[in-house]
Order: sequence, then C-alpha cells, then structure tokens
Amino acid sequence: MTPLLPTRGAAARPLAPRPTLRDTIDQSFAMAWRALIKMRRNPEQFFDVTLQPLLFTAMFTYIFGGAVAGSTAGYLPIIIPGILAQTTLTACMATGIQLREDMDKGVFDRFKSLPIARIAPLAGSAIADLLRYSIAATLTILVGIAMGYRPGGGILGVGAAWLLTVFAGWALAWVFTWLGTIARSAQAVQGISMMIMFPLSFLSNAFVPTQTMPGWLQTFVSINPVTLVIQAVRDLMNDGAFTANVGWAVLGCSAVVAVFAPLAVRSYGRKM
Amino acid sequence: MTTGPRPAVGSIAVEATALEKQFNNVRAVDGIDLCVRRGQVFGVLGPNGAGKTTMLKMLATLLSIDGGSARIFGIDVAARPHEVRQLVGVTGQYASVDENLTGRENLVLFGRLLGLPRKGAAQTAEELLAAFGLADAADRQIKQFSGGMRRRLDLAASLISRPPLIFLDEPTTGLDPRTRGQMWDTIRQLVRDGATVLLTTQYLDEADQLADRIAVIDRGKKVAEGTPDELKASVGNSTLHVRLEDRTRTADAAALVARVLGEDPVLTPEAGGLNIALADANRAADVLIALRQAELGITTASVRQPSLDEVFLALTGHHTSDADQNEVAR
Repeated sequence: MTPLLPTRGAAARPLAPRPTLRDTIDQSFAMAWRALIKMRRNPEQFFDVTLQPLLFTAMFTYIFGGAVAGSTAGYLPIIIPGILAQTTLTACMATGIQLREDMDKGVFDRFKSLPIARIAPLAGSAIADLLRYSIAATLTILVGIAMGYRPGGGILGVGAAWLLTVFAGWALAWVFTWLGTIARSAQAVQGISMMIMFPLSFLSNAFVPTQTMPGWLQTFVSINPVTLVIQAVRDLMNDGAFTANVGWAVLGCSAVVAVFAPLAVRSYGRKM
Repeated sequence: MTTGPRPAVGSIAVEATALEKQFNNVRAVDGIDLCVRRGQVFGVLGPNGAGKTTMLKMLATLLSIDGGSARIFGIDVAARPHEVRQLVGVTGQYASVDENLTGRENLVLFGRLLGLPRKGAAQTAEELLAAFGLADAADRQIKQFSGGMRRRLDLAASLISRPPLIFLDEPTTGLDPRTRGQMWDTIRQLVRDGATVLLTTQYLDEADQLADRIAVIDRGKKVAEGTPDELKASVGNSTLHVRLEDRTRTADAAALVARVLGEDPVLTPEAGGLNIALADANRAADVLIALRQAELGITTASVRQPSLDEVFLALTGHHTSDADQNEVAR
C-alpha cells in the first residue's frame, strides 16, 4: 500500500474560531462550482427556464392581448415584464425544491462536518441559480422581441431590466431556500411553494391593470414585491426611466434577503 | 512534519462525559462516558440501533448534544464546533460523497472548501486517488462506483485536511472480505502515520483486529470497556458449536457439557444446537470425546471466535436484536 498523506499533529496549526468573510465567499463559490457541474450533468434542470418563457409568452399574449389591451402588439409592453417576473419566480421555486432534495443526500453530512461557513451550501446554490434566472430572463425578452415587442427603453433600459429581474430572482429565492430548510420533503417544499408562488405572481399587476380589482386586493397588490419589480421593469424597458419604482423594487428585494437569508441559515444550522 | 508544541503522547483525543441524546421518546444515547487516548484505535462495538452512530454524530458536531459534554483534544464540542470540525475527519456509514460528481471532482471540491488553493486541491486529489487505488476511476461519476470504491473515496475525502482524529462509522459494513481487508490495512496505515481513530463496528473480529480498546454499547448505554483480550476473556477465547443428530437429547447433552467444563452451554435458537464457551480451545476435544462416549451423535462441530451475539449475551444477558449478526464465523 502506498503511503497516505501524513497526519498533521493536533497542535500543528492554529484553529480558527470561525470562518472569515473571505473564507465564506471562497467556500460559497466552491459550492457554486459543484452546483454548476450538477446542472451540466442534469440538463433537465433547465426545462422550466427554457420552455416556460417560450410557452407562456406566446400563450398569454394571444389569449389576453386583445381583451386587455385591445391588440396583441399593444399588450406586449405590459405582458413581457409580467412574464419576466413570473418565469423568474418559478425558477426560484425550483431552487428551494432542489436544495431540499440535495440536503437529504449523504454528501450534506460531509458539508456539515467540514469547518466551513454554514451559509456556504445555501449561498452556493443561490449563486449557481443566477445562471438559470439569466437564461429565463434572456429567453423571455427574445421571445417578446420575436413577437414584435419593441422596448422603448433601448438597450440600456432592457439591460437594466434584465439585471433587475435576475437580482429579484436571486433575492426572492431566499424565501424558497428557507422553505427548503424547514420542510420535511421535496414534495412538501413544492406544495408550499406553489401556494406562495401563485398568489405572488397572479395577485400582482403582471397580467392585467389593477384598477378593476376590489380595494382590499389592490392594497395587497401594491405591496407585493413582485408588483414592485414588474412596475420597475416596465419603467426601465418601455421608457428607459430609472424611476422611484426601481428604487422601491431594489429595496423590497433587499428586505426579502435581509429577512429570509438569516432565517434559512438558522434553520439549516439547526437541522444538524 | 509537526510544528509548534505538540501534546504529549498519551494525551486525550476524545473525552465524553454522560453524553445523552433524546429522539422523541427514545434515549438513543443514555449517559455514555468515553475516553480515547491520542494515537489509539478505539472501537465502539454494538448491534444496529445501539446508538453508535448517534454518539459519533454528536462528537462530530453533526447532531446537537442533549446532555453531558464532549471535548475533542480539550475543545468543547458544543461550544466551539468550528474548531472541532478542523480536527476531525468523518467517514459516514453511507458514503458522504456527491453522486453526480466524479471521484476527482469530489476531492477537489472538498479541498477547495477546506481552503486549499486551486492547484493544491488538484494535487491533493491526485495524491489521494493514487494512494487509494482510485486513479483509474478518477473521472467516473460516483454513481458508477462500487461499494468498496465509494468507501475508499469517502475515507480519502476525510483525509484531505490531514486531521489528527478520524471517525469511521462502520467502515466495512457491506464490503466483501477482500475489500474489507484492504480497508483494515488502510486504517492501520493511518494509525502508523499518527492519527487517532474512533471507529464503530458490529463485528467483534473487526474490533479485535484493529482496536486497542473496545467499548461495547447496548441500547444507548456502555455495558463494557476493555482491551480486546479482556473482552474476549469474559466470554471465553473460542466457542465450540455442535449440532446434535437427535434434537430431543439436547438437555442430556447440555448436562454432560456442564459436567465436563463446569459451565452451562448456551442453546442456539435452532433446535439441537449448542454453543459452548471455551476458555481454552483445546478443551473442545474433551467435550467431543465426552459426547461420543455418551453416544450423543453430532452432525456438525466447529470451533470459532465468540460472535458479537455471544459477547452480548455474556455481558447483557440478552441477544442482539438482529439475528443476522450471529454468524461472524471465521
């Protein structure tokens, strides 16, 4: 038998009392690298972010276009930002489900036994999933353009809207990541996520103008972070305007991260 | 190799006092004391569900400690888990490596997580793959690994940071005899290189082969502790197993054996079988001659090491719950 690596003495190196910020970032990127390899080996993980933009954009535009905006072409500036938000939200939901499945595997025992930051396994998948949100956002915009959408905000506006969408996806994913750490099974995460995802995406300004909704519903719609994001995306894409709505959207998403990221890390830590 | 002050040889690697873990209504670990010296191989022996894995997981910071306390090289496990994790390499009962990654990618990932630079992680992975005979399979996904290869990779992954203390949870359960022998060699090598090993096992012969000291765990409690020799002496060095031609004469045979050896034999679960503990293997002949003279015909006779079940019976007065473990025959 060839010699193994010699063991280091117990007192050979000083022990770090906790991971530094630098360590945490390095470890998160190492975990993201792992997640990207897994995505490459399981390309079916990309179905939701590739098929949904193609299908939903065409479907909603042709179904609601005439009824809501008088014509399909007139509806595109309203619906494309809506579909952007909805598709990204669906992609976030998958983040939580996949995390739950992942956590049930033996390799997570090793992650827990390693001297790494507790947030690293969660942050790693959050970073890798940026790729999924990017694909979803890019495809939705391209399909819109192919259907005749001509965003008034120009390249800068569209680029900013794209960035905001990906950021919003990353931020809202922490809600589902938290669900992933508290639920008992991947099925449970899926079930609960659906119940959250549907109200968030449909009780918003994504598909129809909100004026015809009852007052109490308008109140919910107006504080729904998805509404804020969609409004900001419309301002950016259609007018190229960095309005207060953009600020509110970024603030709203940051608030979601500030609340749910610590919750997720805490419940992940307690699971062990 | 080692820099800085080093604790004296014989200092304590693992110290647990009245360790407790409660799962709903079950006391999985019920007040276990443990003391593992540096450089020792310490075996924790017990049947399925005895609480071995739970205890190991608590010591490795994978489960919270409900009662009592534990220290690893003097560092409190509950209070300073991050430091403890830097000292312990854990190899679980179920290979804790990533199924979707290749062997090499797994080792590089763990190396990166442990703070090795990109190049260093790749090089360490290469060295470990070679040392564990996995170089040829390095670029295959773990899905396609055999059970033995997974275990080896798992152990390799635990050694990346060269931890001074290694926990092995049933390292050879489910392996074929050849792979098992290889795993034993590897463990011995680790100890020669200066590691302290705490391993759990269901096999008395494994504990006997590897451990300097053995604790026997039953239903969350430690029922015995000692060197392998001390433990085996408590049940006799070997066991003679005979099966009678005529099972109705089992009682006669038992009485005869008791007269010859001065100790009652144990009736096996199947009819007509006797397990006879022997302080000295040579006394087997006395028993067989006596049976012959009394015209008690036998169909089979074998002398072997006492099984875990017999150790258990001797120590606790009851069988291990799982009958499968009775046959740890040589």
